[in-house]
Amino acid sequence: MLKYVLKRILISVVTVLVILAVLFTMLHSMPGSPFNDEKITAVQRANLEAKYGLDKPLPVQFYNYLKAMLAGDFGISYVIQKNMPISELLRARIPVSIRIGIQSVLLGMVIGLILGIIAALKRNSFLDTFATVVSVIGVSFPSYVFAMAMSYFIGFRLGWLPLLYSTTDAARSTIMPTISLCMFSLATVARFARTEMVEVMGSDYMLLADSKGITTLRLLGVHGLRNALIPIITVLAPLTVELMTGSLVVEQIFAIPGIGSLLVSAIQFNDYNVVLAVIFIYSIMFISVMLIVDILYGIIDPRIRLAKEEKR
Amino acid sequence: MEKTLTIRNLSVSFSTSNGTVRAVRNVDLDLYKGETLAIVGESGSGKSVTVKAVMGITSNNQTIESGSILYRYEQNENWTERELLKLTHNEMRQQINGTHIAMVFQDPMTSLDPTMTIGMQLMEGMMHHLHLSKQAARKRALELLELVGITDSEKRMRNYPHQLSGGMRQRVVIAIALSCNPDILICDEPTTALDVTIQAKILELIKEIQEKTGISVIYITHDLGVVAKVADYVAVMYAGRIVEKGTVDDIFYDPRHPYTWGLLSSMPDLSIDNSERLYTIPGSPPNMVNLPAGDPFAPRNQFALEADYKEESPTFKISDTHFAATWLLDERAPHVEMPVSLRRRIDAMKEGGVSHA
Repeated sequence: MLKYVLKRILISVVTVLVILAVLFTMLHSMPGSPFNDEKITAVQRANLEAKYGLDKPLPVQFYNYLKAMLAGDFGISYVIQKNMPISELLRARIPVSIRIGIQSVLLGMVIGLILGIIAALKRNSFLDTFATVVSVIGVSFPSYVFAMAMSYFIGFRLGWLPLLYSTTDAARSTIMPTISLCMFSLATVARFARTEMVEVMGSDYMLLADSKGITTLRLLGVHGLRNALIPIITVLAPLTVELMTGSLVVEQIFAIPGIGSLLVSAIQFNDYNVVLAVIFIYSIMFISVMLIVDILYGIIDPRIRLAKEEKR
Repeated sequence: MEKTLTIRNLSVSFSTSNGTVRAVRNVDLDLYKGETLAIVGESGSGKSVTVKAVMGITSNNQTIESGSILYRYEQNENWTERELLKLTHNEMRQQINGTHIAMVFQDPMTSLDPTMTIGMQLMEGMMHHLHLSKQAARKRALELLELVGITDSEKRMRNYPHQLSGGMRQRVVIAIALSCNPDILICDEPTTALDVTIQAKILELIKEIQEKTGISVIYITHDLGVVAKVADYVAVMYAGRIVEKGTVDDIFYDPRHPYTWGLLSSMPDLSIDNSERLYTIPGSPPNMVNLPAGDPFAPRNQFALEADYKEESPTFKISDTHFAATWLLDERAPHVEMPVSLRRRIDAMKEGGVSHA
């Protein structure tokens, strides 16, 4: 298992490097530069570019970038916060994004699971219909629709929750963004959980486990849920992607000083280093989720764990 | 001999979108302590539904229309009686399933939880019902695995189901069923999903265990070869009803119902001359939603009397152990003998004293 995890981590590192290289090339072949200002003369621009090392050949720039990055230096922002080290820029912004991200994943997973399992156990009841309606709504509306609807009704009309993010009231400020972001994962997980649970409940091993006369809690929790979880975990990775893309817009709507809104403005301003750094963080987050999913798979399903061990 | 299970007048129906299916109709059955009862019938004859009612395994669209299932067991030298149909689902699970009545299911490939070790699946019932500590349950699990003939049980305890062969899995399922010392073991076609060489071994194993523990066994099967090998008492079901029941000798040597004749005639047999074609019962089982008036078997029955098409026959008593539901046994009926080829077959079996299988 340990060897397997290490191998996966190594693959992940290589993946991140490849992503960085591709992004680096793409960004630099984009038209324009950070110094797109008509008032700057050609000489001034050349001086600026020389100052930041942008006049060197691309491979050299990439090498320099990597070397500095490994030391924790993502370079400096050219435009957004002139000459501010990006690591500092990020340090202030990452926690709030991560917080909202984790809150939404957890909320979506837990409520989705509960909803799906109840729907499966009480099939064709009112609760089942309710769960179906919730999942259809959750899957079909993008997160910004929920964000806007909530900020209008709950934030503006009722005034229950802050309309915009405020650092003084951080906990309450994250409620609406969390809910709007989690709707999609909640709906997806609920749908999967229901389908899987229905299938598991009808399986022979559940019949056998039930005929042992063990408690319902053990029957559902240990035998049922564990087997139903295997396919549900698979959707965790695509859900994270959905969450990241959703956060770009949702952070804008609620004016959250997170990395999502930072990325949007960095792209607008051609702030190469910021774009690279944020995407690097996104890639790391996504790849870690994949890694976690793979490890969870092994923990939950012995067939996968043992097959992997036998292969070596 | 003590009766341990008495089923009286059991009727079970299912409501489906096409109408009500009367899957089990007025079934009477007795199971004596230490004996083996085999319930034989085609698919859909109601044999599984009958024993699932005994286990308290019900589905949502199922109704128990009438009847009683009386379970008697010895506790501290006293015989206690429980009416199983009056127990709630939870009471069944807590007080009867596993500890008094346990079941072995048809397909060992799917009846074990793929995410739990064999050892844990064996131990969880014991830890719950017998309140054994983990160590004690482990010790007993090892003994059980030895009992069902699994060698290197220490290693197998740590295995997951996918690492075991079908025969081994069925042995594990049997060990699980036996883990809480039940009085009755229900085997729902325990060998159907296994290949032939393993089948015989599993049957022998159950027989051996029965001799060691004195457990009563109910077999559900459509394989008369299995019946001949293991049963003391046989009930033949057709369209939800028991058409004939008797001791294994009654059924194999003196069958009275035309359906039993058909079943016995269609059994392949290597010990006699097989120059003729193997008999098959014409037609197929009736649609249980709209049972025809009269005897459901009548349309397939070459010996059907006029009365068969009008009204179902009552159950006639042939001897203290032997009953059959066919108008042929009515005193007004013409004398009808079983087919000649079957007669010859039975005579050959009697003389040769060979096994029926």
